[in-house]
Amino acid sequence: MTHPDFLWADPEPKRGYDVVVIGAGGHGLATAYYLARNHGITDVAVLERGWLAGGNMARNTTIIRSNYLWDESAAIYEHSLKLWEGLSDELDYDILFSQRGVLNLAHSLPDVRESVRRVNANRLNGVDAEWLTPAEVKKLVPIINTSQELRYPVLGATFQPRAGIAKHDHVAWAYARAAHDLGVHLIQNCEVTGFRRAGDRVTAVETSRGAIEAGRVALCAAGHTSVLAQELGFRLPLASHPLQALVSELLEQVLDTVVMSNAVHVYVSQAHKGELVMGAGIDAYNGYGQRGSFHVIESQLAAAVELFPIFARAHVLRTWAGIVDVSPDASPVLGLTPVENVFVNCGWGTGGFKATPGAGWVYADTIAHGRPHPLAAPFTLDRFTTGALVDEHGAAAVAH
Amino acid sequence: MLSVPCPWCGPRDETEFRYGGQAHVAYPADPAACSDAEWAGYLFMRDNPKGWFAERWFHSAGCRRWFNAVRHTVTYEFAAVYAPFTQPPGVPS
Ligand SMILES: Cc1cc2nc3c(=O)[nH]c(=O)nc-3n(C[C@H](O)[C@H](O)[C@H](O)COP(=O)(O)OP(=O)(O)OC[C@H]3O[C@@H](n4cnc5c(N)ncnc54)[C@H](O)[C@@H]3O)c2cc1C
Ligand SMILES: [Zn+2]
Repeated sequence: MTHPDFLWADPEPKRGYDVVVIGAGGHGLATAYYLARNHGITDVAVLERGWLAGGNMARNTTIIRSNYLWDESAAIYEHSLKLWEGLSDELDYDILFSQRGVLNLAHSLPDVRESVRRVNANRLNGVDAEWLTPAEVKKLVPIINTSQELRYPVLGATFQPRAGIAKHDHVAWAYARAAHDLGVHLIQNCEVTGFRRAGDRVTAVETSRGAIEAGRVALCAAGHTSVLAQELGFRLPLASHPLQALVSELLEQVLDTVVMSNAVHVYVSQAHKGELVMGAGIDAYNGYGQRGSFHVIESQLAAAVELFPIFARAHVLRTWAGIVDVSPDASPVLGLTPVENVFVNCGWGTGGFKATPGAGWVYADTIAHGRPHPLAAPFTLDRFTTGALVDEHGAAAVAH
Repeated sequence: MLSVPCPWCGPRDETEFRYGGQAHVAYPADPAACSDAEWAGYLFMRDNPKGWFAERWFHSAGCRRWFNAVRHTVTYEFAAVYAPFTQPPGVPS
């Protein structure tokens, strides 16, 4: 594929916009695109404090799946997965979406029970899911160690064949180009620092490049959403944590499936170029520094080498961290806010890359109509008051 | 890895500790009198500042005591540690 020099323009901000989206990660870009494409709302700016898609969008391990336990989650993630399946065509850009399947390993009897339950729940929701025995896991992934002597032996796995990975940069660039083509302004190096109010409404956002008037404001700032909410005067049930990942040097192809294990906390895939991409759990403390503690890397590698003994000879090339916005029930917060014309999309935590098209789609619809899209309705901020949590933490396979 | 200054044991590796999140989230004096929104505030809503943060740590693999700390969430620097149920010493500006 040959690239033009620029896929989108770098315009000066106008005096104001109908919709101002804060944050040009995957979710902000997808939201702007669907506002224009699905709702004809093209007077839109996406404001980004750094460079386009340099936050979690550039730092995630790109696992895409929809095998969540609860009906509400399965519905929104499966909506997203269906959009992924048509996205290269839709955006006319090869996003290297590879449906190579995702395995979620079970290492204990409770794991096995949770996993089988989740397979059954997934099937009832029309999500492809299978339960594999250790022998079947070994057949799919010959390099995995299925010895029952391990401290945490592989007792089986759930398998979602339609799940996989995509190239995160291509996804961001594809949405950016498509949004730009529909008239959206993508404004980088533009940090939102405050809000101008008239009663219950925001009239303008204050930025490092001056004030910009806003008919509606859509928060899409992932790990920084609490900082903006504080400026707006409402509270969110979020904690921002560092989440780390790493890559090895380029290797011959040894792994053509995504393997995740919550119990020993590692997940791995092999990127198209050949590097092993691995991630772990969050660092325990609240943190906005884009770095975490090395012992987290050490323990994820210990787990990886136990499961894949040949990885012991690979070298780590790079480690890094993003800032993820973790909610109490490991589900997103999507919908209206106490401020009349401000909308929120956050709380995707460690697992929002897979939701990029789906979240953008339902969030745009929510903004356009001023009420939650049906798929977003279970995920509004109200659920923390009513108690109707969507508790994906308790369920297996929650991470990423 | 962070070096966490336990007020009872001195600086120790982070792996000896468990993190307890925001400090000073007091149990409501009369829980039954809380509105649903107040209860949600106690249970779920949290300060999540980019900057100085009063938080709880538990020295689980050491003296097994809880304490509070004021730590910066960008630099990760500790400004102070202090006993539970006491007010934080002055926060650097
Ligand atoms: C190491 C790691 C691994 C992960 N692995 C996976 C995975 O395998 N699968 C999966 O589904 N998810 C994964 N995730 C989670 C996923 O990356 C996030 O949930 C998702 O990217 C969040 O949406 P976003 O792309 O819009 O966020 P971001 O790309 O972080 O976008 C938010 C943007 O807002 C900008 N911003 C913040 N404050 C302001 C402001 N005041 N003014 C202007 N702009 C502002 C930021 O600079 C940033 O660009 C992972 C995350 C990390 C860190
Ligand atoms: Zn101690």
